Amino acid sequence: MKKNISSFAVGFLFALGLGLSGMTQPQKVIGFLDLFGTFNPSLLFVMIGAILVHFISYRLIRKKDTPLLHTEWMVPTKKDITPALIIGSSIFGFGWGLGGYCPGPALTSLASFEVRPLLFVISMIGGMLLFKWVDSFLKLKK
Amino acid sequence: MPTDWIYALMGGMIIGSAVSIMLLFNGRVTGISGIINGILTPEKGDTAWRMTFTLGLFSGGLLLKAIAPQTLIGGSLATANWSVVVAGFLVGFGTIMGSGCTSGHGVCGISRLSIRSIVATLTFISAGIFAVLIFRKLGVLP
Repeated sequence: MKKNISSFAVGFLFALGLGLSGMTQPQKVIGFLDLFGTFNPSLLFVMIGAILVHFISYRLIRKKDTPLLHTEWMVPTKKDITPALIIGSSIFGFGWGLGGYCPGPALTSLASFEVRPLLFVISMIGGMLLFKWVDSFLKLKK
Repeated sequence: MPTDWIYALMGGMIIGSAVSIMLLFNGRVTGISGIINGILTPEKGDTAWRMTFTLGLFSGGLLLKAIAPQTLIGGSLATANWSVVVAGFLVGFGTIMGSGCTSGHGVCGISRLSIRSIVATLTFISAGIFAVLIFRKLGVLP
């Protein structure tokens, strides 16, 4: 139960960070990716700010034996660079440039009750389900 | 605008704090595509926190809409609805295939210096730059 409350708080705070930073505005994201046009570097500072904080906090938090509400750490440990990682990230980036939304900002923007974020999210879930279905045969991530 | 990057940095630091809280309390990385992925294939005892996280994102969006609605207006980008649908589909497919998005790879992964996440992030930013270049040329993006 407590884990559900902390997750809610993290989601809430995350959304506020996205809104303040400009990540929920597709035109800004596309401006950031428009390296050969009207490049707007401001969103680079979103990553700098987030990594600055978490680079330090990650090391401090991991000094503890366990998380506060769970018995073990659930952090990914894979190290192999696979074709699925590269091809998947390329497809994601291509869609990110076209729409200006990545998953978090799109979900947050559902609260605008505008049609575009809703179209994006429905389609995104469709894309996720399609990959999971394809992968149940091809095992691309194995 | 000179203030853009300051908001971006502050927003990024809030995001970095949010993912730190998730790690400290729940022992997990905050990868939004992964969190949604887990809802699509529910496992007993591992779904509620994903739902409350998503609800938190949406609730944060509601607060943004109430106090700073300009942060959620994605409609200012004059692209066709079909491009939003295609973009969402690619983002969904690609993030599951590539095991992560901007939050999981770009923030959490880079902060712990995961080689997979560094490669994924460089890949999706490059693909995004390529997409904006192409879609500007084609006139899909204004």
